[in-house]
Amino acid sequence: MTVFDIKNFSVFYGPKEAVKSVSLKIKKNKVTAVIGPSGCGKSTFLRSLNRMNDFIPNLTTKGEIFFFKENIQKTNPVDLRRKIGMVFQRPNPFPKSIYKNIIWGPKINGYKCNWDELVETSLQKTGLWDEVKDRLNDSALNLSGGQQQRLCIARAIAMNPDVILMDEPCSALDPAATARIEDLIEELSQNYTILIVTHNMQQAARVSEETAFFYNGQLIEFGATKDLFTKPKEKRTEDYITGRFG
Amino acid sequence: MIFKNSLFKKSLSTLLALTGVLTLSITLFSIILLGKESWSFFQKVPLKDFLFGTHWAPLLEPKSFGVLPLLSGTFMIVILSISLALPLGLLTATFLSEFASPHWRKWLKPALEILAGIPTVVYGYFALTFITPLLKSIYPPTEIFNALSASIVVGIMILPMISSLCDDAFFDFPISLKEGALSLGATPFEFITQILYPASLSRIGAALVLAISRAIGETMAVTIAAGATPKITLNPFESIQTMTAYIVQVSLGDTPAGGIEYQTCFAVGALLFILTFFFNWIGHKIMTRWSWELS
Repeated sequence: MTVFDIKNFSVFYGPKEAVKSVSLKIKKNKVTAVIGPSGCGKSTFLRSLNRMNDFIPNLTTKGEIFFFKENIQKTNPVDLRRKIGMVFQRPNPFPKSIYKNIIWGPKINGYKCNWDELVETSLQKTGLWDEVKDRLNDSALNLSGGQQQRLCIARAIAMNPDVILMDEPCSALDPAATARIEDLIEELSQNYTILIVTHNMQQAARVSEETAFFYNGQLIEFGATKDLFTKPKEKRTEDYITGRFG
Repeated sequence: MIFKNSLFKKSLSTLLALTGVLTLSITLFSIILLGKESWSFFQKVPLKDFLFGTHWAPLLEPKSFGVLPLLSGTFMIVILSISLALPLGLLTATFLSEFASPHWRKWLKPALEILAGIPTVVYGYFALTFITPLLKSIYPPTEIFNALSASIVVGIMILPMISSLCDDAFFDFPISLKEGALSLGATPFEFITQILYPASLSRIGAALVLAISRAIGETMAVTIAAGATPKITLNPFESIQTMTAYIVQVSLGDTPAGGIEYQTCFAVGALLFILTFFFNWIGHKIMTRWSWELS
């Protein structure tokens, strides 16, 4: 089943084309990695999927993105973002308690449920429950970087989204915390569709089933991760994954 | 050459030290003067009568030295002007930092700051000749000199202070938190009221306290527009007198130096000094200690 159907999608910063006529399909309950050198448009592409680029002045788009057959340019972005969670480069918990961080999203969106239960299950899914269950009312800012990032994932999960977008979620974390997040991505992929942008090719190889390689705003190659890393079809993909540039 | 150079350095640092000493000694001298004159005032009038007396008539017989009517006048101006300036300032800051395009921002911010540069005497006459007639046409029993009219212009005066400090706070707010909120399906309104404001509370508080201190010390506009009738009242359409306006009244009149009427000035001045000093201190304390606190 296709979650995102992207058709000839381009993004312009003023006159500069940052994403060039990209077309691809993202399948349900799979982890898709988006790789490529810095400035290749991979983050811009990811942020287009939940319309986080709407706030950037002078940014225009061309082409279409369908989210479950719905054109996202014609949906209310607030409704869209409820179904598409996002995790950012740097952990960004709100300056509130751990508990309030989890329930804030569902609460403002009018969800009705047992908040205690929601907090527990969300934290359990991210493996954070045992670490923080005795201090749910402490500030989230007192957690370590890795814990904060898992809290941000838990916060996204609490909204019960279909998709989780991750924009280099481990770039600010140490190797141990990174390993935990990677394990978590694998567990979560059973229930969620995950897109992860990373400049770390080993990470893409470890966690994803499909990989898209971006270069200079273009989608160069897209396919099963093991094929793309072992027998790339494109010369530029091969050069990049073998470390000849990037 | 080396000698000359070191002599130059030495004289420069001495000069700088002297200017520092000068500033300090002016402050110190004012405090000593305030203290000395207030001291001799309190030899004649008990502190308790001054602080808790409800009748202020130092220039008329029988003399009475209860400062509460002046305090109440000052605080009426503070409360009314703050209740105008705080919501307006917050909204302005929110607009500037969250909604205004860079182009609007470039024009609006300096325009607002000009408000702070207008001489206060202009504000006073603006209140007297424009706002008061306006109030009178809406509510005829309004007196010519009234607290509300003065409060409105004091509110306009402190508006740039509040909006500018809050705008700085909002503008510094981490963009990552805003993106976090919006990615969870928050509307800009939900982000502003539930994340931005609570997290900026200490800086909004600092702006508020500094604005209060400014409103307490405001002199010219309240002297011109709020009247010279020391009284304890809750009616903003009546004439009142603030502490600062009283000091002006006495210093402009032909009150002989050294008399008790003259010394009341210093007692009121000392109280004013303590109040503004206190609010400034609190404000700076909050400012230097601020953090994106738990909310």
